[in-house]
Amino acid sequence: MDAVIDIALLALLAVTALAILRMRNLFAAVMLSGIYSLLSAGIFTALDAVDVAFTEAAVGAGISTVLMLGTLAIVGHKEKKPAHTPLLPLFVVLVTGGALVYGTLDMPPFGDPTNPVHHHVAPRYVEESGHEIGIPNIVTSVLASYRGYDTMGETTVIFAAAVGVILLLGGARPARVAAGEVSGGSEEGSEPLEEQSHG
Amino acid sequence: MRLLGLYNYWVVIVLMMVGFYTIIARDNLVKKLIGLSIFQTSVFMLYISMGRIHGGTAPILMEGTDVVYSNPLPHVLILTAIVVGVATTAVGLSLVIRINEAYGTVEEDEIHSQDESL
Repeated sequence: MDAVIDIALLALLAVTALAILRMRNLFAAVMLSGIYSLLSAGIFTALDAVDVAFTEAAVGAGISTVLMLGTLAIVGHKEKKPAHTPLLPLFVVLVTGGALVYGTLDMPPFGDPTNPVHHHVAPRYVEESGHEIGIPNIVTSVLASYRGYDTMGETTVIFAAAVGVILLLGGARPARVAAGEVSGGSEEGSEPLEEQSHG
Repeated sequence: MRLLGLYNYWVVIVLMMVGFYTIIARDNLVKKLIGLSIFQTSVFMLYISMGRIHGGTAPILMEGTDVVYSNPLPHVLILTAIVVGVATTAVGLSLVIRINEAYGTVEEDEIHSQDESL
């Protein structure tokens, strides 16, 4: 039963990805990418990764869809038809995909408990975290305690990204818009951007 | 069973290549970012697939000694990666907004032709 759910959801995911690729209306593509995230959250649940599933559902299907929609409100949602033939990209993608498929032939089989990935530190976390940390959720124990430095690094990255977004869209903008007004040119996009900074 | 054992990885590769193709073949910058997030999610799927154990359950401790838990380590790595992925997407979208402001378009070939005509 597990295998059936897995196969069906992964097939749906592949179809959704292809639909996103073919979609010229970016609004529809963004909504499909929300569906894509939700489907992958379902797959993560089926693969026992419940923490990852709800993070993906909240962050992937929620926040990034909202961010993309906010951007589309400013830049417009029509994608132009590509002018050049996609032969070279298609060739690159097929060769890369072929190399990766060749690489998977040596992969240990899916779901086998003797796979190398299950040996090194993972058993220790499973066996010891219960009385070392005292939290039933092993993922939380590893995230917040054993690998707390990783999480601190993650926080640093998010802080850097937030600073980047603020610098790109925040502070510098009023001066720039004012300069545009002084020179008499009404810059395209300045009005919706102001709306966004209020929202 | 051997083929089924690689099915997850192959779908991951298909998704990865769809994302990769979107990034290199489409001119629209927002579309490229959507492709990037497809690529990212496929990598998450690869890691989570490797952490799965047949007959296992979610790594939350339960009563009893004979419970098999799936590997929690990939889950932790991917939790971090999801959040970082959204942060980078946000920066990318801000760059797209600034590019749109400067050039009046988000189509890559139009941006190039504007650069050349300067």
